[in-house]
Amino acid sequence: MDALLHEYFPILIFLGIAVAISVIAVAASWIVASQHPDREKDSPYECGFEAFGDARGKFDVRFYLVSILFIIFDLEVAFLFPWAVSLGKIGLFGFWSMMLFLGVLTIGFIYEWRKGALEWE
Amino acid sequence: MASLFLELWQAYLWPLILIILKIVAIVVPLLVAVAYLTYAERKVIAAMQMRKGPNVVGPFGLLQPIADGFKLFLKETILPTASNKVVYLIAPMLTFFLALVAWAVIPFDEGIVLADINVGVLYLFAISSLGVYGIIMAGWASNSKYAFLGGLRSAAQMVSYEVSIGFVLISILLTVGSLNLSDVVMAQKKMWFILPHLPLFFIFLISGLAETNRSPFDLPEAEAELVAGYNVEYSAMPFALFFLGEYANMILMSAMTSILFLGGWLPPFNLAMLAWIPGPIWFALKIAFVLFIFLWVRATFPRYRYDQLMRLGWKVFLPFSLAWLVITAGVLQFTGLVPK
Repeated sequence: MDALLHEYFPILIFLGIAVAISVIAVAASWIVASQHPDREKDSPYECGFEAFGDARGKFDVRFYLVSILFIIFDLEVAFLFPWAVSLGKIGLFGFWSMMLFLGVLTIGFIYEWRKGALEWE
Repeated sequence: MASLFLELWQAYLWPLILIILKIVAIVVPLLVAVAYLTYAERKVIAAMQMRKGPNVVGPFGLLQPIADGFKLFLKETILPTASNKVVYLIAPMLTFFLALVAWAVIPFDEGIVLADINVGVLYLFAISSLGVYGIIMAGWASNSKYAFLGGLRSAAQMVSYEVSIGFVLISILLTVGSLNLSDVVMAQKKMWFILPHLPLFFIFLISGLAETNRSPFDLPEAEAELVAGYNVEYSAMPFALFFLGEYANMILMSAMTSILFLGGWLPPFNLAMLAWIPGPIWFALKIAFVLFIFLWVRATFPRYRYDQLMRLGWKVFLPFSLAWLVITAGVLQFTGLVPK
């Protein structure tokens, strides 16, 4: 516990200082610079036109697909981290178990490739 | 009373002050480096295009970044009426904050590191994954079509290349057998990992360009179509924080490349005649070298199309880095080289 605190406490302080720097920077600029907001200036930028419609409309479903794929593969990476560090200790059994897991994922990857989930035309 | 104070001082206050001093010793050079990276970028690109670049403010334009900083500081902070103000303001702070805290685990020399945690690589991976939040929050909270599209593109691009970066990290971890960044560097005493893992070096470098939204993958801010994308509504200090965060991330990516592939603070070839130059200087030189590649690429390559970008990430880098990971694991396992 002591060692843990010793190692991670500097990071906690760093987090605090980094938050403080960013908040102070924005707040100081806000106070020092003169603020003259008006309706036209604060309207959404749309090349000089009045903004029509809301920006939060429909968007391409492929962005959603990419994020789903990302979750699968990023979980896989997270799963690989402990395996990679302890490969020397878990021996052949550990090695082949992970190869099996990667094989299953590769089949899934080939499937989504063939289905066209990775296409952006 | 005095002894109590002395005890308190020795046990808590002095270590705390020491930690704060260390943090200042990281943050201040980092911010100066960011400022002069923007200067270097303009000078390098100017030289490659046979121009002069900034040369008015101060000798050789050396005070230009400071002038730019003051200018941004003194501008009006615009809060668009349609935006979600709190999220809108948190987004740039988050980007900047994440770019800073990632440096907590970077080793500058043997033993010179703020927090020598044994999951350093995982920490860096986690922090750089969080970076996408700042951008998608900015894109969404601005409530402007350009910002929204830019934010979406950027998020999709960053997560796509995140996966390959993850596989590259795992391959390196397999070779080292530890998640501690100092161990990663020390494992390269005999040979830098750029030699056995040369293709991974290029994948990591290119993914780094995509991850930091740099040219030729700067689609989120494609100025011709998206007028700077997710930060189109930002001005003054919030804009400056995005800018600083982006450049700090570039330096971080270069530092990671140096640590993972170019031997961190180690002199090249482990030569005794080069060992008198202190480690941090070697480390800085390597970072500068990788950064120069970043700038060089920007001056040389045209921008990618979005489908090409996604194709490269998912259909080239992902299968290749996965295959390389399997090969690395197999070779280590069956030649008995796997680190115990």
